[in-house]
Amino acid sequence: MKRSINLWNSLDKVSIVLFLLMITAGWFNIYAAVFSEERSGIFDFSQRYGKQFVWIVATLLIAVFVVIIDNRFYFFFSWFIYGATILLLILVLIFGKEINGARSWFEFGGFSLQPSEFAKFGTALALASYLSNKRHGLTRLDVIVPALAILLLPALLTYFQPDMGSMIVFFALFIVLFREGMSPYIFVSGLLMIILFFLTLLFNNLYLTITIIAVAVILLFFITRRWKLCITGTGILIITTAIVYLLDHYIFNFLGIELVIFSSLILSGVVFAYYIYTKKAVVVMVIYLFLTGSVLFVNTVDYTFNNIVKPHQKQRIEILLGIKSDKHGTGYNVNQSIISIGSGGFAGKGYLQGTQTKFKFVPAQSTDFIFCTVGEEWGFLGSVLVIGMYLLLLLRLIFLAERQRSSFSRIYGYGVVSILFVHFFINVGMTIGLVPVIGIPLPFFSYGGSSLWGFTILLFIFLRLDASRTEYLV
Amino acid sequence: MKDPFINRKYVIMALIVMAAAGLIIRLFIIQVVKDSYRLSADNNVLRYVTQYPARGLIYDRKGELIVKNQAAYDIMVVPAQTAKSLDTTGFCDLLGISREHFRKQMKAAVNYSRRAPSVFLKQISDQTYARFQEKMFLFPGFYVQPRTLRKYSKSVGAHVLGYVSEVDDNAIRKDPYYKPGDYIGKSGIEESYEKVLRGRRGVKIFLVDVYSRIKGSYADGKMDTVAIQGADLTSSLDIRLQEYGELLMHNKRGSIVAIEPQTGEVLALVSAPTYDPGLLVGRIRSENFSRLQGDTLAIPLFNRALMAAYPPGSTFKPINGLIALQEGVINDETRFSCNKGYMFVGCHVHSSPLSLEGAIMNSCNSYFCQAFRRVLENPKYKSVPEAYAQWKTYLNQFGFGSKLGTDFVNELAGFIPSASYYDRYHGKNGWRALSVISLAIGQGEILITPLQMANMTAAIANRGYFYTPHIIKAIGKDNAISKRFTDRHSSSIDPANFDRIIEGMEGAVNGAAGTARAVAIKDIIVCGKTGTAQNPHGDAHSVFVAFAPKDNPRIAIAVYVENAGAGAAYAAPVASLMIEKYLRDSIGNKALEQKILDLNLEDKIIRREEEH
Ligand SMILES: [Zn+2]
Repeated sequence: MKRSINLWNSLDKVSIVLFLLMITAGWFNIYAAVFSEERSGIFDFSQRYGKQFVWIVATLLIAVFVVIIDNRFYFFFSWFIYGATILLLILVLIFGKEINGARSWFEFGGFSLQPSEFAKFGTALALASYLSNKRHGLTRLDVIVPALAILLLPALLTYFQPDMGSMIVFFALFIVLFREGMSPYIFVSGLLMIILFFLTLLFNNLYLTITIIAVAVILLFFITRRWKLCITGTGILIITTAIVYLLDHYIFNFLGIELVIFSSLILSGVVFAYYIYTKKAVVVMVIYLFLTGSVLFVNTVDYTFNNIVKPHQKQRIEILLGIKSDKHGTGYNVNQSIISIGSGGFAGKGYLQGTQTKFKFVPAQSTDFIFCTVGEEWGFLGSVLVIGMYLLLLLRLIFLAERQRSSFSRIYGYGVVSILFVHFFINVGMTIGLVPVIGIPLPFFSYGGSSLWGFTILLFIFLRLDASRTEYLV
Repeated sequence: MKDPFINRKYVIMALIVMAAAGLIIRLFIIQVVKDSYRLSADNNVLRYVTQYPARGLIYDRKGELIVKNQAAYDIMVVPAQTAKSLDTTGFCDLLGISREHFRKQMKAAVNYSRRAPSVFLKQISDQTYARFQEKMFLFPGFYVQPRTLRKYSKSVGAHVLGYVSEVDDNAIRKDPYYKPGDYIGKSGIEESYEKVLRGRRGVKIFLVDVYSRIKGSYADGKMDTVAIQGADLTSSLDIRLQEYGELLMHNKRGSIVAIEPQTGEVLALVSAPTYDPGLLVGRIRSENFSRLQGDTLAIPLFNRALMAAYPPGSTFKPINGLIALQEGVINDETRFSCNKGYMFVGCHVHSSPLSLEGAIMNSCNSYFCQAFRRVLENPKYKSVPEAYAQWKTYLNQFGFGSKLGTDFVNELAGFIPSASYYDRYHGKNGWRALSVISLAIGQGEILITPLQMANMTAAIANRGYFYTPHIIKAIGKDNAISKRFTDRHSSSIDPANFDRIIEGMEGAVNGAAGTARAVAIKDIIVCGKTGTAQNPHGDAHSVFVAFAPKDNPRIAIAVYVENAGAGAAYAAPVASLMIEKYLRDSIGNKALEQKILDLNLEDKIIRREEEH
């Protein structure tokens, strides 16, 4: 008895209040999204708002259950939980029910379960468990590789479903790796790759390649301040390119201009390598690698995008980048969604007054597009309030994570922050056209038992760990 | 143990705050700054269903309904609301259209607007409508728009009634009231009374969901506007007389205009060849219209009664007689001799010399040439042109040389040359009375329409005044018609001067030597004047003007039968039959009627035209 009273006192009330506010607000918005004049009882269990009520009651019980369990359970069983959720991800590929071309759901009778929602906290636990043993080791490759493997395994399994949304969420755990000491250069390179990726889709390959070479030469000049070196380097590259081009033009006839430039880069690399070796010029090597890497990347992306990426995903990215506009095909959802939210204005149309919402212009409005209801009926004020709640929760969780004595709890805490953040940002971002349409739910808001339970467990494990932060775990 | 990466929490916090700020900025832009989304949302869910008012009905002077409405159904489409998985085959089968047609219509609709409704299929039949209504829910984005089309109780009066067609871009530009797909009156009464007949379009605003199912009325109907039905018109037309006139003119070319002299109301207005007004209604309209328009020989769409201007020939003599009397250059006692003509103007054999009355009765060219010469050489005036100008003033008082200002849209002004016209032609002071002597007998440069001729006859019947001819005698419930139709136009000719002329016209029909004695009607005194309008392209046109009865005239009429020769031959019988029909509603001289009905000038004309 004494223990449970202590436990209640040590649980973070701010987080719990925000959690309760969110599930309540979510429920009301699901009601609005499904609402029609004919059926008005909010407890109609044939309707989604009725069902969501059941999921909410269940999730509260789950939360209590998660909190009652001893905090050490999560530490000691983290690998077991991870293993179990991975197993579910494998099983769903075999026994799952195919819905819209994806095997993401188990179905038992009238009840369905999405294992990827549970794999999220499973992975966060495993990552926390692994990294808590390897303090400050994330600069070493033998530590990084297993850490990456922990999050890449579920990502790969969800890729096979295929469920791009969940897959991306596992990558959110890179935030945890960053916090735990992974080199920022990896993130900068990643960021550069992402930028290059979008540039590749937007612009002609050849111009991009030439721009990259120009940037490399300018970088070289600013770092070495030796213009002779820059001119010689450029000269060598141009001469090599000319030779390869002429050879290709008169003899091989199959390379194509991109390959010509790339092979010239490699060939001239022999000269550069000699220079780098004799002068021990590390900077030149870095710039050369950056140059070659970027050019290779650009051409790979272009090839991948045009030949490997699935057409509907390609379209989504193209629409987001403004390369194509299609208000009635793939872009329809986003367009209608932006119209819904935009038409809400400053103060919104009022609860249950959203015409876009009421007349079902936005598909999947109670699940992935629940934010449309918020935007349309509650306007800018309501939207900012919801974003504010998330911001508050995320910052609160960072605060909680940072006060942990156990690194396991802290790392897990960051796992919770990462997953919730990515969900929140991508979900809201896609409804307002800031992010491509990636079907992931808005935590605690969207309709659905699996996601609600998954997020509840994710959050409450951390709150449970936080409640016992004064006890040493390891 | 100090955590070397503790400061990275700030990076992560900054990332989260920036992301939230990004979302808020974007939301601010789309929710607060731009208002285009609000409009998009409104258009998404509101369907504006036009409420087309029924067009006003048209009754004839006796209260018989001659133009009414019939229901028609247009299938409308809102391209943005159609399902991507539309069962095109099922849809086409249901409506009985080809897939090719479907694609064409769909493309046109998309080109017009994705969000606004446009007509997909016009005027489907009742049966198709019933079938489609049942299955409509299968085809979101499509709905039925009820329309009304014209229906005629008798297949006559096409030129008078006009027709209704869809508005063209030109009309839309001129009058912002019109929207594509609206109907507009294109000629006749339909055009001139368009604003009265069309009523006022209304709109009902419905809320629709993404499947374009109607979910109720928007704002409880507060924003709806009610369609106001067009006003009904009462025409002055006697539809039975009109029908009879068209029957008489069958297989002939020409026109009949009959006017009630006391009011200026048009009783019948026939232009032959004509067409069944029902041909220009509904889906058959465009095909028939181009066929009628393509008939360049008979030109059935051409309203000769208003738009064909001819030299009036001898029917012009009463006017010249009146002017001569008024100018005092002749009187009741004046007699002119005639030896088969005067100068170079020939005449036929008749007793001589003749008084004015006899000259009208016998249509003596010689008399009117001499009288006209006196008019122009009147010492009262300094010169011939000055006298001529006075002569022209009289003509203008009778409505010649300018548009009468009727409620027909395509009225022609005709032509009465001014003195300066002859100055230009002959040189100033270079012309004498003899230079224009053919005007004395209605030949030469003057051009007069059958409507103007009928109006002149009405003015003679009234002994000096007329009311502007009009075809509508009452509008809507308050019956008000334009004041210009109730203003009396009086000529400056003394009413007493009309007696001789009218007696001459009486004699022309009823006298033993009258030019039109063959068409006299028992117990009805018809006053008439024959005429022959020169036709440089072939046989002369037969013309006859008349009014009856002599006292308190009830009908004034002008009849033109093209290529039929002298006036007495065909125009006079047609006029006589029309008068009898109107005044008695039965025909005594069945033989005459049969002769006219059997007369087929059309074959003759076509044969001649083929020879050329
Ligand atoms: Zn004579």
